[in-house]
Amino acid sequence: MPVRRKESRNKLAESYTIGHENEEHGHPALQHHFENMEQQREASTLGMWVFLVTEIMFFGGMFLAYTLYRSKYPEAFASASNHLDLKLGAINTVVLILSSFTMAMAVYSTQIGKRRNQIISLVLTLLLGITFLGIKAVEYHQKYVDHLIPGRLIPLRPFDASGVHLLPGAAKQNVEMFYWIYFAMTGMHAVHMIIGIGLISVILFLSWRGRYGPEYHNPVEVSGLYWHFVDIVWIFLFPLLYLLGRHLEH
Amino acid sequence: MKAMETFVTPTPSRVNYLNATYGLKSWLLTKDHKRIALLYLGSISFFFLIGGLYAMAIRIELLTPQADLLQSTTYNKVFTQHGIIMVFFFLIPSIPATLGNFLVPMMIGAKDLAFPRINLLSWYIYMLGGIVTIYALLAGGIDTGWTFYTPFSTSFSNSYVVAAGLGIFISGFSSILTGLNFIVTIHTMRAPGMTWFRMPLFIWSHYATSLVMILGTPVIAITILLLAFERLAHIGIFDPAAGGDPVLFQHLFWFYSHPAVYIMVLPGMGVVSELIANFSRKNIFGYSFVAFSSLAIAVFGFLVWGHHLFVASQSVYAGMIFSFLSFAVAIPSAIKVFNWTATLYKGSISYDTPMLYALGFIGLFTVGGMTGLFLAALAVDVHVSDTYFIVAHFHYIMVGGTLLAYLGGLHYWWPKISGRMYPEGWGRFSALVVFVGFNLTFLPQFVLGYMGMPRRYHVYPPEFQVLHVLSSAGASILGIGLLIPLLYLIWSMRYGKIAASNPWNLPGLEWQTSSPPPTENFELTPVVTWEAYEFAPAEEIQVVGKFRDTSVEEV
Repeated sequence: MPVRRKESRNKLAESYTIGHENEEHGHPALQHHFENMEQQREASTLGMWVFLVTEIMFFGGMFLAYTLYRSKYPEAFASASNHLDLKLGAINTVVLILSSFTMAMAVYSTQIGKRRNQIISLVLTLLLGITFLGIKAVEYHQKYVDHLIPGRLIPLRPFDASGVHLLPGAAKQNVEMFYWIYFAMTGMHAVHMIIGIGLISVILFLSWRGRYGPEYHNPVEVSGLYWHFVDIVWIFLFPLLYLLGRHLEH
Repeated sequence: MKAMETFVTPTPSRVNYLNATYGLKSWLLTKDHKRIALLYLGSISFFFLIGGLYAMAIRIELLTPQADLLQSTTYNKVFTQHGIIMVFFFLIPSIPATLGNFLVPMMIGAKDLAFPRINLLSWYIYMLGGIVTIYALLAGGIDTGWTFYTPFSTSFSNSYVVAAGLGIFISGFSSILTGLNFIVTIHTMRAPGMTWFRMPLFIWSHYATSLVMILGTPVIAITILLLAFERLAHIGIFDPAAGGDPVLFQHLFWFYSHPAVYIMVLPGMGVVSELIANFSRKNIFGYSFVAFSSLAIAVFGFLVWGHHLFVASQSVYAGMIFSFLSFAVAIPSAIKVFNWTATLYKGSISYDTPMLYALGFIGLFTVGGMTGLFLAALAVDVHVSDTYFIVAHFHYIMVGGTLLAYLGGLHYWWPKISGRMYPEGWGRFSALVVFVGFNLTFLPQFVLGYMGMPRRYHVYPPEFQVLHVLSSAGASILGIGLLIPLLYLIWSMRYGKIAASNPWNLPGLEWQTSSPPPTENFELTPVVTWEAYEFAPAEEIQVVGKFRDTSVEEV
């Protein structure tokens, strides 16, 4: 038999409590619709995680296309992959991992209230991010010089795979497809890097103004999550685009 | 303990979210979820009207077997644009962005969604996407069908594919942000005492919808982006001429677009769960089953996209698995239908307008769902693929399901939204007109499809004319049935009877504050001590009178 309680018509009338007055009004960063800083922090952290899930699905479409065609045209993909600049790709990987480290340091310094370290770490992260994009630009330029920009992305400069050493069984058409997937994936990754650099610049500016400290640091943390995510995407892109199939050449 | 508490009855305050501030700027820059819901309400109604005009053109053309009103190319554009506008700019945002936006924070006792600025941003993104799409329509239209199948869309169509695609790409982000906001709000902003299993089923269904939104929408975004590049720069992974695979496009497209059907219908199911329980004045039968069936539909929804590819050179074994999984979706859907029906049993049912819509929903959704099983069966699907049978099936789900639930919900919460009652007599009348008109429109289409009338054709053999005329007649009745609420709801905003805080006398949190609510929803943060759909004993006593003493003694 379910237990029934006595109730009045307006249920809230009996449930309002005085306890409401105890809420923190203290911190200026507390938005009006949150009860306290803890709730606000939870919400923004979860929000970023959910956003990153959408990002995984976004990149997922391209990873699916990559997987399908890599298994369909392994020779063409290996030939095209061999033509990428392994050295620059590897340096960029190191650059990004370092930037993840400096970002983690920025979050940590904010949490323990070391503002000088916080700002230095953010500046370093920013510089490493820009370095990555610079190296990427050099790579893209090489592809431009080698006539490896697919389709009619650059008008009057059609794709020409004659510079690529083709393995037996590799069709030029599929080499072009590899380069399209390469540009789509790394290009989309670069767009995310640019957004991340913008985000960190804002965080850096506000940190310099002393906005973040041990009591309020979730924007730094959340930007850090985004930055790490973008790094992790690269950690997948590098082996898939640069390394796989290299043994077929040698 | 008693001394610590103070009992404050929230008096209907004169200052509410509608009159707290004035001026265009206060609306366009608002961060209040209730005002944003109204912004959405206005804009999706606008898009619904445009989509409806295209539907009218289609139905008028189909009155005769020849091409008289529209020629082939125009007809292709008209049905494509009907589909694009209705799917992406009406059905997907319909319930979540209006009713969901308005009610999710109120039902869980929060002051707002977790990210009010992102909420406003999502409306602007939606409008931007809408404007880009309208540009595509005005510049010359698009004729690929709302499915954008390659290689027609990438290499052969001479219409504004990229602009329309860009519009959908942009508006997708509004749906992602809405889903993100709901998930975070439901996780972190519930009022004290509002446990997961005290949440109204409307919230559960919106949670499930949000999961589909955040997992599916990014995939259509990247797919359309790749499509646009393929069309613009003639490079590609979908074009067979470049070694690509057009079926990959279909896989990626339906990976989103099938779950998108659940984005449309799950919130409708949430609304109907509310309506059925509340207008039967009874706790919902099997609360947790209804709640988890929403999640099950969201999960299964991602595993069935392949049933759109039965005739698209997909492997036979994949077809068999997708067929089996498509049958499996019927289980959680049937759980809902049975539980709603069981809730009605021995309930004290009142046939107010929202309830009429809810009952209509159950019937039409059942027809739509059952015919969905025909389509999930491989052999039958090969016969009726791309015929009016499919057209009728998905209209039963999208119009008979989502639209009816949307209208039911709009009437039900109208007193809370506007502070005024809608005219009940007109409401019931138009609900019946909609139901009759809808069935007259789409029931003949099942027959047409089974007889072999293909979809997307505007000329047909003369023996199909009778059924087409019936369908067009039904469409005009349906049109009138939809026009009446538009008129009286606008009328009621000024002249309707003033609504009480709790006109239906219900336990839901949204009814425990004034109508219309203050900007912060509740004057104080509510503390929830009761279950969802728990009706006051005072009323239950009238039904189960003699059991009262036992229950009190047990306390």
